[in-house]
Amino acid sequence: MWLAEFGLLFRRVRTRVLLFVLAAVPVAVAVAVRLSGEGPSPGQGPRFFDQITHNGVFAALVGLTVTLPFFLPLAVAIIAGDSVAGEANLGTLRYVLSRPCGRTRLLVLKGATVILFCFVATFAVALAGLIAGSILFPIGDVTTLSGDTLSLAAGTLRIGLAAVLVALSLLGLAAIGMFISTLTDAPVGAMAGTVGVAVLSGVLDAVPALSWLHPFLLTHYWLSFGDVLRSPVYWNQIVLNLIVQAVIVGIFATAAWARFTSKDVLA
Amino acid sequence: MTDLAIETSGLTKHLGHVPVVDHVDLAVPRGSVYGFLGPNGSGKTTTIRMLLGLVWPTAGSFRMLGENMPAAGARVLPQVGALVEGPAFYPWLTGRQNLKRIDAAGPDGQRSTRAARIDTALEKVGLAAAATKRYRAYSLGMKQRLGLAAALLRPRNLLILDEPTNGMDPQGTREIRNLVRELASEGSTVFLSTHLLSEVEQLCTHLGIISVGKVVAQGAIDELRGQGDAMLRVETTDAGNAAEVLKGLGLDPIVVTREVVSARLDGQRPEECNRALVMAGVGVRSLTTDRRSLEDAFVALTGEGFDVAG
Repeated sequence: MWLAEFGLLFRRVRTRVLLFVLAAVPVAVAVAVRLSGEGPSPGQGPRFFDQITHNGVFAALVGLTVTLPFFLPLAVAIIAGDSVAGEANLGTLRYVLSRPCGRTRLLVLKGATVILFCFVATFAVALAGLIAGSILFPIGDVTTLSGDTLSLAAGTLRIGLAAVLVALSLLGLAAIGMFISTLTDAPVGAMAGTVGVAVLSGVLDAVPALSWLHPFLLTHYWLSFGDVLRSPVYWNQIVLNLIVQAVIVGIFATAAWARFTSKDVLA
Repeated sequence: MTDLAIETSGLTKHLGHVPVVDHVDLAVPRGSVYGFLGPNGSGKTTTIRMLLGLVWPTAGSFRMLGENMPAAGARVLPQVGALVEGPAFYPWLTGRQNLKRIDAAGPDGQRSTRAARIDTALEKVGLAAAATKRYRAYSLGMKQRLGLAAALLRPRNLLILDEPTNGMDPQGTREIRNLVRELASEGSTVFLSTHLLSEVEQLCTHLGIISVGKVVAQGAIDELRGQGDAMLRVETTDAGNAAEVLKGLGLDPIVVTREVVSARLDGQRPEECNRALVMAGVGVRSLTTDRRSLEDAFVALTGEGFDVAG
């Protein structure tokens, strides 16, 4: 059943295209930097950007930094928004449920699939960056934001940790997307609604007058993953991010469950 | 164990404030082919959705295969094959992958026998050749066949088929009807929802007629049709003698012309009449019985045109 559910997602052309586009972002960044000849001057461009020419592994971090505000949430919104509404739209929901696959069980399966996608998508970006970076640029010891150096192995491990944190950052949005997905039979509406939530959170986060609200926002601590590149790792914001995500997942997963187990399946 | 495969009492569903299904009491005997007849929008599909646990009833209760539903759904539904409101599959998977997916989605779908069961089901619905084609590329009739294959993946005690011949060409329609007969002869109860009187006439042993959310008639087809009304019509060389013989059997024959006699059968079997005529030396050219058609019965029961309701 688990394999069937995962196969359903990853056999789909749309999923593969999404992953391909995500992986292409860090590759494109690395190639562009390489072709421009000289590296960007320090402090220019996205975080970690100026480091790429010194050490290719930073392409992975640049990839995560540039995809996190838009591409990754978009991909997660598509997959999470489609999770239940997509089945309803195809009509397959009535067959899966009358098979019978319990409603709670189906929701858990869908949730697991969406979580898996968050990790696969994030690691697609990180791995593509790592590979492209190490082909196009020299690699070696990793200089942290605090100025010390880590061995290449330890540095790569930190990058892996950053990718895990990015994937976990996406879970709050994924839970919101799944909840919206249980409200409608129109997958496009659920996807758009989920993207809307992410955008709204970003907008509110940019309004200084709402600073009291900022710590509670979905996206506020998203970029905290960069703190793993400090030595020692600066955990404060990372932990706050994980707490925010856990609370959001708790609320919206419960709401999705309550809605899905009680609704009439008319599609 | 009850002798009813489906039994509903006072089953009601309101969508908004409108009763879509209104105090429906169905009694579907085990082993029957039960025609659930009604125009579009009469509440057939909503009733079926309630039976399958997709829609929660507003009021009333129902039992399937002798167990209280929807509470016993996890035990009962694996024995129920269903085709609801047309087939629905994932367009980017092949026919076979789709069947694998649906089989894996619930209990009683043993993995070790899955491939063989899928092959058998595809064979049964005549889709073996298109098994590796993507569902996207299927024609409407092929989609319908795949839907039936999904309903036949495991041995079923009850099949709930909603308009199973929808979108099929005449040949496909006939194949499906044969398939339904075969399933019934193997002992499955078939609950067949349709708006085609001819389908009911050809396939069903029992019939329930639903109109605007209410069951207006239900029972064995022969009862509904009114068997007592059947007429015997004999074409013969000698109508006078034939009439005498039939009178001897207790019938009340009318000589229509010099060569045609007709009589109300009144429970007498037509084959007995024929034997008596031949034994008496009456030359029988043809002997037919003319039953009241289901359509006449339907109009008599609902009292209105078929397309008016809903």
